[in-house]
Amino acid sequence: MDTVLSAIVFLPLLGALIAGLFGTRLFRQLGQDSEVYGEHHAHDGHADEAHGHDGDHGHHGHYDGPVWPMYLTTALLCLCAVLSWYVFAGFLHEPRVEKVEVLRWINSGALSANWMIRVDTLTAVMLVVVNTVSALVHIYSLGYMSHDGSQPRFFAYLSLFTFAMLMLVTADNLVQMFFGWEGVGLASYLLIGFWYQRDSACAAAMKAFIVNRVGDFGFALGIFGCFLVFQTVDFDTIFAAAPGMTGKPMQFLAWEPDTLTVLCLLLFMGAMGKSAQFLLHTWLPDAMEGPTPVSALIHAATMVTAGVFMVARLSPMFELAPHAKDFVVVIGAITAFFAASVGLVQNDIKRVIAYSTCSQLGYMFVALGVGAYGAGVFHLFTHAFFKALLFLSAGSVIHAVSGEQDMRKMGGLGPLIRITFAMMVIGNLALTGFPYTSGYFSKDAIIEAAYVSGWGFAFWVLLVAAVFTSFYSWRLAFMTFSGRPRASHEVMEHVHESPLVMLIPLFVLAAGALFAGLAFRDYFIGHHFREFWGESLANGPVMEEMEQEGAVPALVKWSPFVAMALGFVTAWVFYIRDASIPKRLAERHQPLYRFLLNKWYFDELYELILVKPTMRLGRFLWKKGDGFIIDGFGPDGVSAVVNDVTRGVVRLQTGYLYHYAFAMMIGVAALTSWFLFGGAH
Amino acid sequence: MNWPILSVITFLPLLGVLFILLVRGDDETALRNMRWGAFWTTLVTFLVSLLIWAGFDSNASGFQFLEERSWLGAAATYKLGVDGISMPFVILTTFLMPICILASWRVTKRVKEYMIAFLVLETLMIGVFCSLDIVLFYLFFEAGLIPMFLIIGIWGGPRRVYASFKFFLYTLLGSVLMLLAIIYMYWTSGTTDIIQLLAHPGFTPEAQKWLWLAFFASFAVKMPMWPVHTWLPDAHVEAPTAGSVILAAILLKMGGYGFLRFSLPMFPDASLYFQDFVFFLSVIAIVYTSLVALMQEDMKKLIAYSSVAHMGFVTMGIFALNRQGIDGAMFQMISHGLVSGALFLCVGVVYDRMHTREIAAYGGLVNNMPLYACIFMVFTMANVGLPGTSGFIGEFLSLMGAFKAAGWVAFFATTGVILSAAYALWLYRRVVFGKLTKPALMRLPDVTPRELATLLPLVILTIFFGVYPAPILNVFGPAVESIIKPLNEAAAAALLLADASLK
Repeated sequence: MDTVLSAIVFLPLLGALIAGLFGTRLFRQLGQDSEVYGEHHAHDGHADEAHGHDGDHGHHGHYDGPVWPMYLTTALLCLCAVLSWYVFAGFLHEPRVEKVEVLRWINSGALSANWMIRVDTLTAVMLVVVNTVSALVHIYSLGYMSHDGSQPRFFAYLSLFTFAMLMLVTADNLVQMFFGWEGVGLASYLLIGFWYQRDSACAAAMKAFIVNRVGDFGFALGIFGCFLVFQTVDFDTIFAAAPGMTGKPMQFLAWEPDTLTVLCLLLFMGAMGKSAQFLLHTWLPDAMEGPTPVSALIHAATMVTAGVFMVARLSPMFELAPHAKDFVVVIGAITAFFAASVGLVQNDIKRVIAYSTCSQLGYMFVALGVGAYGAGVFHLFTHAFFKALLFLSAGSVIHAVSGEQDMRKMGGLGPLIRITFAMMVIGNLALTGFPYTSGYFSKDAIIEAAYVSGWGFAFWVLLVAAVFTSFYSWRLAFMTFSGRPRASHEVMEHVHESPLVMLIPLFVLAAGALFAGLAFRDYFIGHHFREFWGESLANGPVMEEMEQEGAVPALVKWSPFVAMALGFVTAWVFYIRDASIPKRLAERHQPLYRFLLNKWYFDELYELILVKPTMRLGRFLWKKGDGFIIDGFGPDGVSAVVNDVTRGVVRLQTGYLYHYAFAMMIGVAALTSWFLFGGAH
Repeated sequence: MNWPILSVITFLPLLGVLFILLVRGDDETALRNMRWGAFWTTLVTFLVSLLIWAGFDSNASGFQFLEERSWLGAAATYKLGVDGISMPFVILTTFLMPICILASWRVTKRVKEYMIAFLVLETLMIGVFCSLDIVLFYLFFEAGLIPMFLIIGIWGGPRRVYASFKFFLYTLLGSVLMLLAIIYMYWTSGTTDIIQLLAHPGFTPEAQKWLWLAFFASFAVKMPMWPVHTWLPDAHVEAPTAGSVILAAILLKMGGYGFLRFSLPMFPDASLYFQDFVFFLSVIAIVYTSLVALMQEDMKKLIAYSSVAHMGFVTMGIFALNRQGIDGAMFQMISHGLVSGALFLCVGVVYDRMHTREIAAYGGLVNNMPLYACIFMVFTMANVGLPGTSGFIGEFLSLMGAFKAAGWVAFFATTGVILSAAYALWLYRRVVFGKLTKPALMRLPDVTPRELATLLPLVILTIFFGVYPAPILNVFGPAVESIIKPLNEAAAAALLLADASLK
């Protein structure tokens, strides 16, 4: 078992290193000193040749390098995926904790954080999600990226990401989790900025990293706090000691808040950043600048769910901090509603799905916050399938219409790309919770959990968000696939179904989107959930209450279905029956429309209250603080005085200040000796 | 080992100086001999210094490889030795020197003097870390400035005179005060032996405060701490690449080393007394200089300001006065030695091609310098403190220690984590990412094998120590514990006193 687990975690790293170092053109064109220093007599012709070749090495050109890096990384990931299912199968009926010690890491006094692979049911679920989607995305990318000039680099990044994500989910302590956390952040940064020639991609990459760092600020403080309180960063020890800390205050800044509440809130701040929750969500839509497979893998199925995973992993702690849980519910519910409302009016096909992701993550957090951890992770599990499916289908659409992402320039594609159309519909059915698809089980469970736990606010908000979800999903489908084509004639001429290598991953994900709920419902949230989760989740009482007959009134049970139907019918009326309605509505409610279209103006607000003032302050401190005050009254002031004096008295100024320095140092040395040996005796 | 290994590595570079002095003429062959002479000298010094690491007993807390000779009569002795605090710095110094020589391969102005200056500098720097006599320490400490003045003043940029003057003015202020303190210490305790001073410091709390302040004046300038940091950006900007590397990697560390060698163990009461004061300055340094770094238009200045911010983590960690804090500060110093040195080398690579450090002059380098982009990315991430690089461990531990000592310090200092990401990634984006549009950049060659030889060892160590820091962290342990012990006692005594006064 140890070998299998190690292989699952480290094979992607191996693939990334080999593909990244030897499969790319990294070492292929070292310069020569003679070129640098303009000594033209050597190797001039050679240099010209090398760089002439480089000049037209664009990104969307053709690829003529080796293909083995792509196949190698893909093969390794497929192997990992198979192994993950094998491991998962072993955990289905036998919850336990497997630990593999890898290496000592940070040891300092009482602090001991080591590299470990820890697998319990929760981790096993994540292994399956991460490796399955990653393997499928690798396969899909073989087709999607086949024209890209730097494919090996892309695949190396994908594998690197997978490794970091695996380190995150297999962490045995908070510090390793933080490593994975930042590691996926790095991979996300590199992949969003993959097409680095685009300015918007570079900006989005930077934004993603920095906004995540804001969350990490809280995460880091949370880790420090845990160490201060528990004298350890290991999960098991923390969980064992946490009950003893309930209700005890801790010194934090000027306050004395409840220890566990403040720790959970700090850690949750990290989760808010990574999972793009309300206030820290602004990076996720921009992250769509990355290639579409990246959006599917990182910004839909895996990385953004890291926050959900974190809260689930720390569920024994959160269960003891009811106020922190309440906060999680509120943030989750607001995010679910907010993101869905923005999704209603977006025109970029990927951004609609991005906001949808944001919104679904909100659902998951609501589940966690009310104590239905199993339901939250179940939705994470099913969401990975149908959201990856939606993104990859969107990629297939974009592929078909020559890179266009604006839905206003699509339409009528259904008959031309039937398979993609069908896949998109399956994804939509699952997302909106059509009976017996995977979303039906997981999303409805969350809405029911919100109801059962007495969170009326969350229940209603999620229900409204469900209407929105259904509306924007079908709006997307109708705008893209039905109606009259709005693309140019040339584009429509070129519309073609994607190659098989891109379609196969879609089929697999579609199967997951349709049947994953039915197949695993009993384990995740049904009759067997206690045995399934074992100690890995501290499921609250709400999970059992949901199971009881009559706990959920029929009306509540049916409400998500009604919401779904309502959204569907509205979308149908708006975009099929009378396509002029949306335009009229937008004109009649201009302010609201603008508000939603501009994403509640969060970017503008942050620019105004955070980015600009920070820059201004930086410039002020530099010019006024350093330049005017410190230097002005310090060295410059002194030197002005010294200069005056010396000019007046003797012309010692030789222009070479180190003469002074020399003289001074010798003087100082002499002074020392004199004091010590003359003066002392 | 029964041969004086510390003396050997301290003075081995001077042997190289002798060789270079013997080389006649200034034709290409002579210059080549000088370069190779300097390179081999530093490389051999490094290899010999590895014997120290190999023979070092990480479990012992005292000084090792002791050497003692009478010198200058009764008062000062020539005494050398290393413990867990100083040994890593010795290795760091000897490790970086060959890299610096290699990075200076294309210096054409007064090559002979240049190489000599660097070799002498190496001797003096190693001497600082090995000295176990406070007078000897002082001489090495101050004399080390001379070659640095020369390096900035002769091989520096256009404003080198201003920069070296500023550097000089600041350090002079500090060193005079430290000298007075040393004299006072000798008068009251009757010895200049560091081991004896460590064993029985015995200065009254009142005297400790004055002595602490005098030493602080010198070390704070060296670190440099806010607000006496403004010499550093100017010095860095004007210094040649290798000079910047040494300045950032080694000379700045002398301040931190000084705190750990003198201030904390010899003046424990004063260190406790001034703890909040240092915290305050450190937090300001981290936030203030990170903000200033954000707005820089000159690559070297940006990295220099980021150095000041990182040194803020160091002083904060040291004055957390607990194990994690000091371990973190030590690690941060070593790691910063690798990372900031490497960042200056990275700037040097493009400076040699374009002769400008202005950020706006660059953009899109990744297009024809992929290897450079990759290496620069590694160090950018290490600078940001990404886990898995050495930059993370020091930052994380020092923050953790600070959180233990005072929550507010860690709270404000951790914002530096956000700001560092902002300035480092923005720099990277402006220099490396983007389209290649500027005509002058179109034909820049990628990193050359020689440049790769200077950068690759640093890449490897940055990642290696990020993943497996034990070889360094283990070395500090006992030494740090022995620093903390008197501090804890002093803290306990202070607490007792406070209790008594309450009753």
